[in-house]
Amino acid sequence: MFEKARRLGLNGMLEIQVGIAEFKVGREPAVIVTLGLGSCVGVTLYDGFNRVGGLLHVMLPRVADFTRGAHKPAKFADLGIPVFLKEVLKTGADRRFLEAKIAGGAQMFTGADRKFELNIGERNIEAVRETLKTLKIRIVAEDVGGSKGRTMMLHTVSGRVIVRMLGSQVKEI
Amino acid sequence: MEQYVDALREIGNIGIGNAVTALAQFLNIKVSITVPQASFVPIEGIFDVIGDVEAPAAAVVQRVEGNLSGTMMFLFPEQNALEMVTRLLEAPPGSITEIDEMGQSVLMEVGNILTGCFLTAIGGMTRLTFIPAVPMFTFDMLGSIISSSLLCTGMVEDKVLLIETEIFAEECLVSGDFAFFFDIGSLATLLTKLGL
Repeated sequence: MFEKARRLGLNGMLEIQVGIAEFKVGREPAVIVTLGLGSCVGVTLYDGFNRVGGLLHVMLPRVADFTRGAHKPAKFADLGIPVFLKEVLKTGADRRFLEAKIAGGAQMFTGADRKFELNIGERNIEAVRETLKTLKIRIVAEDVGGSKGRTMMLHTVSGRVIVRMLGSQVKEI
Repeated sequence: MEQYVDALREIGNIGIGNAVTALAQFLNIKVSITVPQASFVPIEGIFDVIGDVEAPAAAVVQRVEGNLSGTMMFLFPEQNALEMVTRLLEAPPGSITEIDEMGQSVLMEVGNILTGCFLTAIGGMTRLTFIPAVPMFTFDMLGSIISSSLLCTGMVEDKVLLIETEIFAEECLVSGDFAFFFDIGSLATLLTKLGL
Protein backbone atom coordinates (compact mmCIF):
# COMPACT_ATOMS: atom_id res chain seq x y z
CA MET A 1 0.00 0.00 0.00
CA PHE A 2 2.58 2.54 1.10
CA GLU A 3 5.37 1.44 -1.15
CA LYS A 4 8.83 2.07 0.06
CA ALA A 5 10.47 5.03 -1.63
CA ARG A 6 14.02 4.47 -2.73
CA ARG A 7 16.28 6.72 -0.76
CA LEU A 8 19.40 8.11 -2.29
CA GLY A 9 22.05 9.84 -0.28
CA LEU A 10 22.67 13.48 -1.23
CA ASN A 11 25.30 13.61 -3.98
CA GLY A 12 26.11 10.00 -3.31
CA MET A 13 26.96 10.89 0.28
CA LEU A 14 26.63 8.14 2.81
CA GLU A 15 23.17 8.21 4.34
CA ILE A 16 22.78 6.72 7.80
CA GLN A 17 19.27 5.93 9.04
CA VAL A 18 18.30 6.13 12.68
CA GLY A 19 15.33 4.04 13.84
CA ILE A 20 13.04 4.62 16.82
CA ALA A 21 14.91 4.41 20.13
CA GLU A 22 18.27 4.36 18.37
CA PHE A 23 21.20 6.69 17.80
CA LYS A 24 23.91 6.85 15.16
CA VAL A 25 27.17 8.72 15.30
CA GLY A 26 29.36 9.66 12.35
CA ARG A 27 32.31 11.62 11.06
CA GLU A 28 32.18 13.56 7.81
CA PRO A 29 30.96 13.15 5.20
CA ALA A 30 27.61 11.62 6.00
CA VAL A 31 23.98 12.54 6.36
CA ILE A 32 22.36 11.10 9.45
CA VAL A 33 18.59 10.89 9.09
CA THR A 34 15.69 10.00 11.32
CA LEU A 35 12.23 9.64 9.84
CA GLY A 36 8.87 9.57 11.52
CA LEU A 37 9.35 11.87 14.47
CA GLY A 38 5.87 12.45 15.86
CA SER A 39 5.69 12.89 19.59
CA CYS A 40 9.22 11.46 19.66
CA VAL A 41 12.12 13.93 19.82
CA GLY A 42 15.25 13.93 17.65
CA VAL A 43 18.43 15.24 19.27
CA THR A 44 21.63 16.08 17.37
CA LEU A 45 24.99 16.65 18.99
CA TYR A 46 27.65 18.21 16.79
CA ASP A 47 31.21 19.33 17.23
CA GLY A 48 31.92 21.79 14.41
CA PHE A 49 35.64 21.83 15.06
CA ASN A 50 36.25 18.10 14.74
CA ARG A 51 33.23 17.60 12.47
CA VAL A 52 31.82 14.74 14.43
CA GLY A 53 28.18 14.39 15.28
CA GLY A 54 25.23 12.16 15.83
CA LEU A 55 21.48 11.89 16.00
CA LEU A 56 19.29 10.25 18.63
CA HIS A 57 15.57 9.38 18.35
CA VAL A 58 13.95 9.23 21.81
CA MET A 59 10.40 8.02 22.41
CA LEU A 60 9.72 8.69 26.05
CA PRO A 61 10.72 11.23 28.70
CA ARG A 62 11.98 9.54 31.85
CA VAL A 63 12.59 5.91 32.70
CA ALA A 64 11.28 6.41 36.24
CA ASP A 65 7.78 7.08 34.86
CA PHE A 66 7.56 3.66 33.27
CA THR A 67 7.67 0.21 34.75
CA ARG A 68 9.40 -1.59 31.90
CA GLY A 69 11.72 -1.15 28.98
CA ALA A 70 14.77 0.14 30.83
CA HIS A 71 17.09 -2.27 29.05
CA LYS A 72 16.86 -0.13 25.95
CA PRO A 73 18.25 3.18 27.17
CA ALA A 74 17.94 5.09 23.87
CA LYS A 75 14.18 4.94 24.28
CA PHE A 76 14.24 7.45 27.11
CA ALA A 77 15.50 11.04 27.10
CA ASP A 78 17.08 10.87 30.54
CA LEU A 79 18.88 7.54 29.96
CA GLY A 80 19.51 7.83 26.24
CA ILE A 81 21.18 11.23 25.99
CA PRO A 82 24.13 10.38 28.32
CA VAL A 83 24.79 7.10 26.46
CA PHE A 84 24.57 8.92 23.14
CA LEU A 85 26.92 11.65 24.39
CA LYS A 86 29.47 9.06 25.46
CA GLU A 87 29.46 7.56 21.98
CA VAL A 88 29.82 10.97 20.32
CA LEU A 89 32.83 11.72 22.53
CA LYS A 90 34.31 8.30 21.80
CA THR A 91 34.05 8.98 18.08
CA GLY A 92 36.27 12.00 18.48
CA ALA A 93 34.13 14.94 19.48
CA ASP A 94 35.40 17.44 22.01
CA ARG A 95 32.88 18.20 24.70
CA ARG A 96 33.74 21.92 24.69
CA PHE A 97 32.58 22.29 21.09
CA LEU A 98 29.43 20.22 21.31
CA GLU A 99 26.14 21.88 20.47
CA ALA A 100 22.68 20.35 20.47
CA LYS A 101 19.68 20.85 18.20
CA ILE A 102 16.31 19.30 18.86
CA ALA A 103 13.16 18.67 16.81
CA GLY A 104 9.86 16.84 17.29
CA GLY A 105 7.53 16.50 20.25
CA ALA A 106 4.33 17.08 18.32
CA GLN A 107 0.83 16.35 19.53
CA MET A 108 -0.29 14.31 16.53
CA PHE A 109 -3.81 13.18 17.18
CA THR A 110 -7.15 14.92 17.51
CA GLY A 111 -10.14 13.34 19.21
CA ALA A 112 -11.70 12.84 22.59
CA ASP A 113 -9.52 10.09 24.09
CA ARG A 114 -7.97 11.93 27.02
CA LYS A 115 -5.56 9.14 27.88
CA PHE A 116 -4.19 8.95 24.38
CA GLU A 117 -0.63 10.28 24.01
CA LEU A 118 -0.87 12.01 27.42
CA ASN A 119 1.00 15.10 26.18
CA ILE A 120 3.95 12.83 25.65
CA GLY A 121 5.37 15.19 23.04
CA GLU A 122 5.56 18.06 25.49
CA ARG A 123 6.95 15.85 28.23
CA ASN A 124 9.60 14.55 25.83
CA ILE A 125 10.71 18.09 24.92
CA GLU A 126 10.91 19.07 28.56
CA ALA A 127 12.90 15.96 29.53
CA VAL A 128 15.34 16.44 26.64
CA ARG A 129 15.97 20.09 27.60
CA GLU A 130 16.42 19.16 31.24
CA THR A 131 18.85 16.31 30.50
CA LEU A 132 20.97 18.46 28.16
CA LYS A 133 21.06 21.21 30.78
CA THR A 134 22.29 18.77 33.41
CA LEU A 135 25.01 17.64 31.01
CA LYS A 136 25.85 21.32 30.32
CA ILE A 137 25.27 21.06 26.60
CA ARG A 138 23.86 24.14 24.93
CA ILE A 139 20.77 23.85 22.72
CA VAL A 140 21.42 26.17 19.79
CA ALA A 141 18.26 25.48 17.78
CA GLU A 142 14.84 23.95 18.25
CA ASP A 143 11.87 23.08 16.09
CA VAL A 144 9.44 21.50 18.51
CA GLY A 145 5.77 21.11 19.38
CA GLY A 146 2.86 21.73 17.05
CA SER A 147 0.76 18.96 15.57
CA LYS A 148 2.85 17.71 12.66
CA GLY A 149 5.38 14.92 12.31
CA ARG A 150 8.94 15.64 11.21
CA THR A 151 11.96 14.18 9.45
CA MET A 152 15.31 15.39 10.82
CA MET A 153 18.70 15.30 9.05
CA LEU A 154 22.20 16.14 10.23
CA HIS A 155 24.96 16.88 7.71
CA THR A 156 28.19 15.95 9.43
CA VAL A 157 30.33 18.12 7.16
CA SER A 158 28.62 21.38 8.02
CA GLY A 159 26.58 20.58 11.10
CA ARG A 160 23.50 21.80 9.26
CA VAL A 161 20.27 20.35 10.53
CA ILE A 162 17.33 20.13 8.13
CA VAL A 163 13.75 19.53 9.20
CA ARG A 164 11.06 18.35 6.81
CA MET A 165 7.32 18.35 7.50
CA LEU A 166 4.36 17.22 5.44
CA GLY A 167 2.98 20.05 3.31
CA SER A 168 5.52 22.70 4.28
CA GLN A 169 8.91 23.95 3.13
CA VAL A 170 12.05 22.16 4.16
CA LYS A 171 13.83 24.32 6.71
CA GLU A 172 17.19 24.58 8.36
CA ILE A 173 17.36 25.01 12.10
CA MET B 1 6.94 -16.42 20.16
CA GLU B 2 7.43 -17.11 16.47
CA GLN B 3 5.56 -20.42 16.68
CA TYR B 4 2.34 -18.55 17.46
CA VAL B 5 2.46 -16.48 14.33
CA ASP B 6 0.14 -18.83 12.43
CA ALA B 7 -2.51 -18.70 15.14
CA LEU B 8 -2.24 -14.94 15.33
CA ARG B 9 -2.53 -14.62 11.60
CA GLU B 10 -5.71 -16.67 11.75
CA ILE B 11 -7.10 -14.44 14.49
CA GLY B 12 -6.29 -11.45 12.35
CA ASN B 13 -7.97 -13.06 9.39
CA ILE B 14 -11.22 -13.66 11.25
CA GLY B 15 -11.27 -10.28 12.99
CA ILE B 16 -10.39 -8.28 9.93
CA GLY B 17 -12.67 -10.38 7.71
CA ASN B 18 -15.57 -9.48 9.95
CA ALA B 19 -14.65 -5.79 9.92
CA VAL B 20 -14.30 -5.68 6.17
CA THR B 21 -17.68 -7.32 5.65
CA ALA B 22 -19.18 -4.42 7.58
CA LEU B 23 -17.24 -1.91 5.50
CA ALA B 24 -18.45 -3.53 2.28
CA GLN B 25 -22.04 -3.37 3.50
CA PHE B 26 -22.13 0.27 4.35
CA LEU B 27 -20.17 1.35 1.30
CA ASN B 28 -22.26 -1.03 -0.76
CA ILE B 29 -19.28 -2.32 -2.72
CA LYS B 30 -17.25 -5.49 -2.92
CA VAL B 31 -14.16 -5.39 -0.71
CA SER B 32 -11.37 -7.96 -0.47
CA ILE B 33 -8.48 -8.42 1.91
CA THR B 34 -5.06 -9.94 1.55
CA VAL B 35 -4.04 -12.75 3.92
CA PRO B 36 -3.01 -10.96 7.11
CA GLN B 37 0.64 -10.93 8.06
CA ALA B 38 1.55 -11.41 11.70
CA SER B 39 5.04 -10.50 12.80
CA PHE B 40 7.07 -9.51 15.82
CA VAL B 41 8.98 -6.38 15.03
CA PRO B 42 11.66 -4.74 17.15
CA ILE B 43 10.67 -1.09 17.54
CA GLU B 44 13.83 0.29 15.95
CA GLY B 45 13.05 -1.80 12.88
CA ILE B 46 9.41 -0.90 12.49
CA PHE B 47 10.12 1.61 9.71
CA ASP B 48 11.61 -1.19 7.62
CA VAL B 49 8.31 -3.07 7.50
CA ILE B 50 5.68 -0.37 7.06
CA GLY B 51 6.57 1.00 3.65
CA ASP B 52 7.33 4.60 2.69
CA VAL B 53 7.82 6.30 6.04
CA GLU B 54 7.27 9.79 4.65
CA ALA B 55 4.12 9.00 2.63
CA PRO B 56 1.11 11.10 3.65
CA ALA B 57 -1.65 9.04 5.24
CA ALA B 58 -4.95 9.52 7.01
CA ALA B 59 -5.10 7.44 10.16
CA VAL B 60 -7.75 6.47 12.63
CA VAL B 61 -6.18 5.09 15.76
CA GLN B 62 -8.02 3.59 18.69
CA ARG B 63 -6.85 2.18 21.97
CA VAL B 64 -8.35 -1.10 23.10
CA GLU B 65 -8.41 -2.08 26.78
CA GLY B 66 -10.07 -4.88 28.71
CA ASN B 67 -8.84 -8.47 29.10
CA LEU B 68 -6.42 -7.72 26.33
CA SER B 69 -5.00 -4.40 25.24
CA GLY B 70 -3.52 -2.95 22.11
CA THR B 71 -3.81 -0.27 19.51
CA MET B 72 -5.95 -0.61 16.41
CA MET B 73 -4.99 1.39 13.39
CA PHE B 74 -6.54 2.09 10.00
CA LEU B 75 -4.34 3.79 7.47
CA PHE B 76 -5.48 5.24 4.18
CA PRO B 77 -3.55 7.11 1.51
CA GLU B 78 -4.95 10.63 1.09
CA GLN B 79 -6.86 10.01 -2.16
CA ASN B 80 -8.48 6.90 -0.75
CA ALA B 81 -9.58 8.68 2.41
CA LEU B 82 -11.17 11.40 0.27
CA GLU B 83 -12.94 8.78 -1.86
CA MET B 84 -14.31 7.07 1.22
CA VAL B 85 -15.56 10.33 2.72
CA THR B 86 -17.15 11.30 -0.60
CA ARG B 87 -18.99 7.99 -0.82
CA LEU B 88 -20.19 8.00 2.76
CA LEU B 89 -21.45 11.57 2.61
CA GLU B 90 -22.95 10.85 -0.82
CA ALA B 91 -21.25 13.97 -2.15
CA PRO B 92 -20.72 14.50 -5.90
CA PRO B 93 -17.49 12.79 -7.06
CA GLY B 94 -14.50 15.14 -6.86
CA SER B 95 -16.31 17.69 -4.67
CA ILE B 96 -14.38 16.83 -1.52
CA THR B 97 -10.73 17.84 -1.80
CA GLU B 98 -9.59 17.93 1.79
CA ILE B 99 -10.29 16.05 4.97
CA ASP B 100 -12.06 18.68 7.04
CA GLU B 101 -13.71 18.22 10.41
CA MET B 102 -16.72 16.52 8.87
CA GLY B 103 -14.45 14.16 6.95
CA GLN B 104 -12.50 13.37 10.10
CA SER B 105 -15.70 12.51 11.95
CA VAL B 106 -16.78 10.24 9.13
CA LEU B 107 -13.46 8.42 9.07
CA MET B 108 -13.36 8.09 12.85
CA GLU B 109 -16.82 6.58 12.78
CA VAL B 110 -15.73 4.12 10.09
CA GLY B 111 -12.75 3.23 12.25
CA ASN B 112 -14.96 2.82 15.28
CA ILE B 113 -17.29 0.42 13.48
CA LEU B 114 -14.42 -1.61 12.01
CA THR B 115 -12.71 -1.86 15.39
CA GLY B 116 -15.99 -2.99 16.93
CA CYS B 117 -16.40 -5.73 14.31
CA PHE B 118 -12.78 -6.83 14.67
CA LEU B 119 -13.11 -7.13 18.44
CA THR B 120 -16.51 -8.83 18.31
CA ALA B 121 -15.06 -11.57 16.13
CA ILE B 122 -12.04 -12.14 18.36
CA GLY B 123 -14.13 -11.80 21.52
CA GLY B 124 -16.58 -14.44 20.28
CA MET B 125 -13.76 -16.84 19.64
CA THR B 126 -11.88 -16.32 22.88
CA ARG B 127 -14.56 -15.16 25.33
CA LEU B 128 -12.42 -12.17 26.18
CA THR B 129 -13.94 -8.77 26.81
CA PHE B 130 -12.65 -5.65 25.10
CA ILE B 131 -13.32 -2.02 25.79
CA PRO B 132 -12.47 0.19 22.83
CA ALA B 133 -11.75 3.85 23.63
CA VAL B 134 -12.95 6.62 21.34
CA PRO B 135 -11.08 6.90 18.04
CA MET B 136 -8.43 9.53 17.33
CA PHE B 137 -7.53 11.02 13.96
CA THR B 138 -4.46 12.38 12.23
CA PHE B 139 -3.28 13.16 8.73
CA ASP B 140 0.50 13.06 8.53
CA MET B 141 3.60 11.14 7.48
CA LEU B 142 3.17 7.40 7.92
CA GLY B 143 6.24 6.99 10.14
CA SER B 144 5.22 9.75 12.54
CA ILE B 145 1.77 8.22 12.87
CA ILE B 146 3.16 4.80 13.70
CA SER B 147 5.81 5.95 16.17
CA SER B 148 3.37 8.22 18.01
CA SER B 149 0.62 5.64 18.25
CA LEU B 150 3.06 3.09 19.61
CA LEU B 151 3.91 5.24 22.59
CA CYS B 152 0.47 6.73 23.01
CA THR B 153 -0.21 5.14 26.35
CA GLY B 154 3.32 4.81 27.56
CA MET B 155 3.88 1.57 25.75
CA VAL B 156 7.50 0.78 26.20
CA GLU B 157 7.96 -2.76 24.93
CA ASP B 158 11.02 -3.52 22.83
CA LYS B 159 9.07 -5.55 20.33
CA VAL B 160 5.63 -5.08 18.93
CA LEU B 161 3.32 -7.66 17.46
CA LEU B 162 1.90 -6.37 14.27
CA ILE B 163 -1.05 -7.95 12.50
CA GLU B 164 -1.44 -6.26 9.19
CA THR B 165 -3.56 -6.62 6.11
CA GLU B 166 -4.36 -4.69 2.99
CA ILE B 167 -7.93 -4.11 1.89
CA PHE B 168 -8.89 -3.29 -1.63
CA ALA B 169 -11.99 -2.81 -3.72
CA GLU B 170 -12.17 -3.20 -7.46
CA GLU B 171 -14.63 -0.46 -8.31
CA CYS B 172 -13.17 2.36 -6.31
CA LEU B 173 -10.27 3.55 -4.26
CA VAL B 174 -11.04 2.59 -0.71
CA SER B 175 -8.02 0.44 -0.11
CA GLY B 176 -5.99 0.90 3.02
CA ASP B 177 -4.02 -0.86 5.71
CA PHE B 178 -5.32 -2.33 8.94
CA ALA B 179 -2.89 -2.91 11.72
CA PHE B 180 -3.25 -4.11 15.28
CA PHE B 181 -0.42 -3.66 17.73
CA PHE B 182 -0.83 -5.94 20.71
CA ASP B 183 0.63 -4.80 23.99
CA ILE B 184 2.98 -7.74 24.49
CA GLY B 185 1.74 -8.36 28.03
CA SER B 186 -1.63 -9.14 26.48
CA LEU B 187 -0.31 -11.75 24.19
CA ALA B 188 0.01 -14.42 26.86
CA THR B 189 -3.66 -13.91 27.78
CA LEU B 190 -4.72 -14.41 24.21
CA LEU B 191 -2.59 -17.50 23.64
CA THR B 192 -3.85 -19.10 26.85
CA LYS B 193 -7.44 -18.53 25.79
CA LEU B 194 -6.70 -20.18 22.48
CA GLY B 195 -5.24 -23.18 24.28
CA LEU B 196 -1.71 -22.63 22.96
